[in-house]
Amino acid sequence: MAEKTVVNVKNLKKYFPVRAGLMSSFAKEEKKFVHAVDDVSFNIRPGEIYTLVGESGCGKTTTGRLLTRLEDPTDGHIYFRGKDIAFLKGKNLKEFRRNVQMIFQDPYESLNPRLTVFATVSEPLIVHHVGDTIDEREDLAAKALEASELKPATEYLHRYPHELSGGQRQRVAIARALALRPEFIVADEPVSMLDVSIRAGILNLLLELREKYGIPYLFITHDLSVARYMSDRIGVMYLGTLVETGETEKIIKNPHHPYTRALLSSVPVPDPYYKRERKKIKGDLPSPIDIPKGCRFYPRCPFAQKGICDTKKPPIVEVEPGHMVMCHFAKDIPAMDEAMESEIEEDVELGEKLLRETMKSGEEGMLVKEEKVEDLEQYERETAF
Amino acid sequence: MEDIEIKEEQVFEGEESSETSPIPYPEGEEYLLEVNHLKVYFDVIGGKVKAVDDVSFAMKPGETLGLVGESGCGKTTTAFTITRLLPANGNIIDGYIKYKGKTIGEKEPEIKGFMKDRKKRKLYKEREAMMAPIRWAEISMIFQSAMNAFNPVHKIGDQIVEAILAHENVTKEEAMERAKELFKLVGLPPGRVVGYPHEFSGGMRQRAMIAMALACSPSLLIADEPTTALDVIMQDRILAEIKRLQKKLGIAMIIITHDVSVVAETADKMLVMYAGKMMEYGEIGELFHKPAHPYTIGLLASFPSIKGERKKLKSIAGSPPDLVNPPTGCRFHPRCKYAKPICMEKEPPLTEVSPGHWAACHFAKEIYSGELKEE
Repeated sequence: MAEKTVVNVKNLKKYFPVRAGLMSSFAKEEKKFVHAVDDVSFNIRPGEIYTLVGESGCGKTTTGRLLTRLEDPTDGHIYFRGKDIAFLKGKNLKEFRRNVQMIFQDPYESLNPRLTVFATVSEPLIVHHVGDTIDEREDLAAKALEASELKPATEYLHRYPHELSGGQRQRVAIARALALRPEFIVADEPVSMLDVSIRAGILNLLLELREKYGIPYLFITHDLSVARYMSDRIGVMYLGTLVETGETEKIIKNPHHPYTRALLSSVPVPDPYYKRERKKIKGDLPSPIDIPKGCRFYPRCPFAQKGICDTKKPPIVEVEPGHMVMCHFAKDIPAMDEAMESEIEEDVELGEKLLRETMKSGEEGMLVKEEKVEDLEQYERETAF
Repeated sequence: MEDIEIKEEQVFEGEESSETSPIPYPEGEEYLLEVNHLKVYFDVIGGKVKAVDDVSFAMKPGETLGLVGESGCGKTTTAFTITRLLPANGNIIDGYIKYKGKTIGEKEPEIKGFMKDRKKRKLYKEREAMMAPIRWAEISMIFQSAMNAFNPVHKIGDQIVEAILAHENVTKEEAMERAKELFKLVGLPPGRVVGYPHEFSGGMRQRAMIAMALACSPSLLIADEPTTALDVIMQDRILAEIKRLQKKLGIAMIIITHDVSVVAETADKMLVMYAGKMMEYGEIGELFHKPAHPYTIGLLASFPSIKGERKKLKSIAGSPPDLVNPPTGCRFHPRCKYAKPICMEKEPPLTEVSPGHWAACHFAKEIYSGELKEE
């Protein structure tokens, strides 16, 4: 690749073995795995914020943990400044970790309640032998705190986490990450546990730090509006793979993958006059143990076509420069989607009929899905409740 | 009317007798729920937590009210006071709650002296006897964490049946039949009523919770953060579901959340709370497009959106105050960008900036008309 990258992830995989009982170890069953991250490739450029978005259980956090080597990958490569760090060990791993830091989701849990702010922020310095004397370390810790806008730092250095508010705690966690002047930061849902009015402050701080020090981030979130605010590029994850990746505004304004389209259409808009068009997808996230064959999204996809989507792995299509979509029909999806809406209206009658039959017979099982709920509405309207 | 005047004279000891705020709804009309100058304080070591301080609103049947604020602003306490589910150290200090014209909550007499506990128990029993027919049958609630609101050792169907049997004179079989219908209504397979909570996914449990809340066809539904723990897609589905059922059954709803975008999509009116106080109250469109209170402005500006331009978010400096010793004057003044000396001294009264749109700020009118702008 000609482009300069800080982090380059190639075909990264992480499978967690499923614990099986004693009996099944006698039976000659295939060992089962949770496919948390399954063949993910992306890169992060210098000074860039790359965001992974997806529902819970899609593997975004595991990817973040793999990049900081808190987990060992099953397979694949992670190039950090051109060096493969996927399977580093011992001294080399420690050297790598000096340059990479992580900010965790919950500042109420990620800080040790028995350590003062100074002890927390200076711990990475001690671990990595930065700053020989305590004064030196105090100086560095104070600088880090001031960088994360806890001013004046001396006022905070000797406080304990319980004396701080949620926002201040997260700032301490950010200061801890900054203390070593890392070259890359993984921020895993850093604002999802914080109060609304404080959230914006933390997000702005992260953006400012990027401006100031040019640190690239891997930002992990489930909130698409936050992702849009923060990132230069977005990667949408579904069931362990990246289904769509590209520049933020391109993905937000012109999504091509059916899953991204559904995800975007589900985000509530803070404007009471805005009428949102809802795109429905069926069912829930399938189990990451038994991954659907072919396209992973096929069982929930409204555009799925038999014979193609359920058997063949979809290719990665470049729909615009730098905008990749993993779908058989990537280029046609927006047009298909528009055609689809009118189709749905025609289909209502059929759905209703089906529904009435199932309601009569009292059939159940896992049949009831989202479309049915919609039909139910229609049904109720007609039968004039 | 006379009733209120009497109440206003009984000013709580230790509280400076400020001018009473007007009530932000026309008096004398019939309401489904009327909350008038409600004050709820919690007794804690070292003082009283002024969790809800002078909150008034009224709802008509079928209306949806969005109760918005940060954690600790008193929104959940308000909901629990309406259902009278407050913990033992929480007391109504002033004001009243009327449901369908009947008073279901008012200032409780302070019990002191000899046989204190016994008197308290008696009072508690009386209250429970009064509330039992109202809870669930009239006012039901979707709790914050539906994940944990069900009893894990009973089947979900049985739990719904229990609620129905407690209020209505039906047989167990009829109640089970109803539970199945409710499951259908919320889009769950009716066969799953025999399932235990752990067999349901998060979204399904939330739906089951909604089914249970609707079991006795209530007139008022209180949804306390109904979707906070859910993913976007599931959140969207559940909200659509609640809205649809609410419209169909004509239920009034109070939706409590910190997410203004959820309120924007579901509510007709919005009440913004901060540190136990009402900040702003009015029609949803008005509040979003012409907010008159600095806190509402700040709250709206701190929310990213996926629609429209990518705007720079503005955070509100500082953090929410300690409610044992709240700031003097306006409780928001330490964080307010518009704060002037008067804000520190005098508590701002609720002012009507336009019909039905109320804000508790000294400069509400100026902000509303656009005379006063952020520097």
